[in-house]
Amino acid sequence: MEQPNLSYIHSMSGGDTAFEQKLIAIIKNEFPEEKATYYENFNAGNFKMTADNVHKLKHKISILGLEKSYDIAVAFENNLLDGNTDLSDAFESILNNITNYLTTL
Amino acid sequence: MNCIIIDDEATARAIVVQLCSNIKSLNVLADFPDAIQSMKFLNQNEVDLIFLDIHMPDFTGFDFIQTLKNPPKIILTTSDPQFAIDAFEYECIIDYLVKPILLPRFKKAVTKAENTALTTAVKKSTTAKKDVSSTGDVLYVNIDRRLIKIEIPSIYLIEAKGDYILIKTEDKNYTVHSTLKKIEDKLSDSVFLKVHRSYVINVKKIIDIEDNSVLIKKDVIPVSRSNRPELMKRLNLL
Repeated sequence: MEQPNLSYIHSMSGGDTAFEQKLIAIIKNEFPEEKATYYENFNAGNFKMTADNVHKLKHKISILGLEKSYDIAVAFENNLLDGNTDLSDAFESILNNITNYLTTL
Repeated sequence: MNCIIIDDEATARAIVVQLCSNIKSLNVLADFPDAIQSMKFLNQNEVDLIFLDIHMPDFTGFDFIQTLKNPPKIILTTSDPQFAIDAFEYECIIDYLVKPILLPRFKKAVTKAENTALTTAVKKSTTAKKDVSSTGDVLYVNIDRRLIKIEIPSIYLIEAKGDYILIKTEDKNYTVHSTLKKIEDKLSDSVFLKVHRSYVINVKKIIDIEDNSVLIKKDVIPVSRSNRPELMKRLNLL
């Protein structure tokens, strides 16, 4: 599985490490909340709201350089809007991958 | 330019703030997690530019734009490339940035917003100039080192003749060393209209219109195909 990285954050920080740390702190704070909301809606069968959650999580997936995972998230979001949960396992693996990575930062 | 950022995602707001810090002409006044919270701020502050997310719960970016009477310039920031076509429906939307936003693309969008703001300012200044001229209702032209006064409402036709223009009025004709463009800038848009590359007419003096020409006094003036729709728009058609 592809690994998250900070390439995008480095590229836009222009060497401003204070900003990098601030952004990582925001992601570490925001990501678990978004993930929890995702599971809550998914388990309740609210697929439209789950699609909204996936949509929001997509941005963090792209910020962390997970290009293939991003494509899966896009497909999963579209599936959910059709009431289809086929890619949920793959998406949840991505969430776990990010969770593990954030603990290392 | 004073700007604000509206996005329900804190990470996205922090990124746009950082991107703005790379551009000296941008002054970030505030950022908001939803559009509703920004409304009071917009009523109380002069904002030139909004970085606006589309996909937000309850109230989308497009819903928000529709509530604004005189929207400032807007740059959409979104993960949804599919909304780009909808964005063209709104004159205030300057650009459409797909997340994750890269600095060169961001700079390009801001330059576009700055150029649009500049064009708007020039247009306003031109309109103001025309208003002043029309309230004066007179125009002074330089003929043989004399400034001659012409009553603007009496002008019915202006014709380009090489380096000169022929101004026809109710009483007299004047040949002046000038261009159609220069005199057009001095006349009210609501009364005078360029119907051909060589002719500007006073719309109020038209007697009749036939095919691709207008009769004005005793002059038959050609109307170019590109100018005909604007002419028809000006007429009080039954």
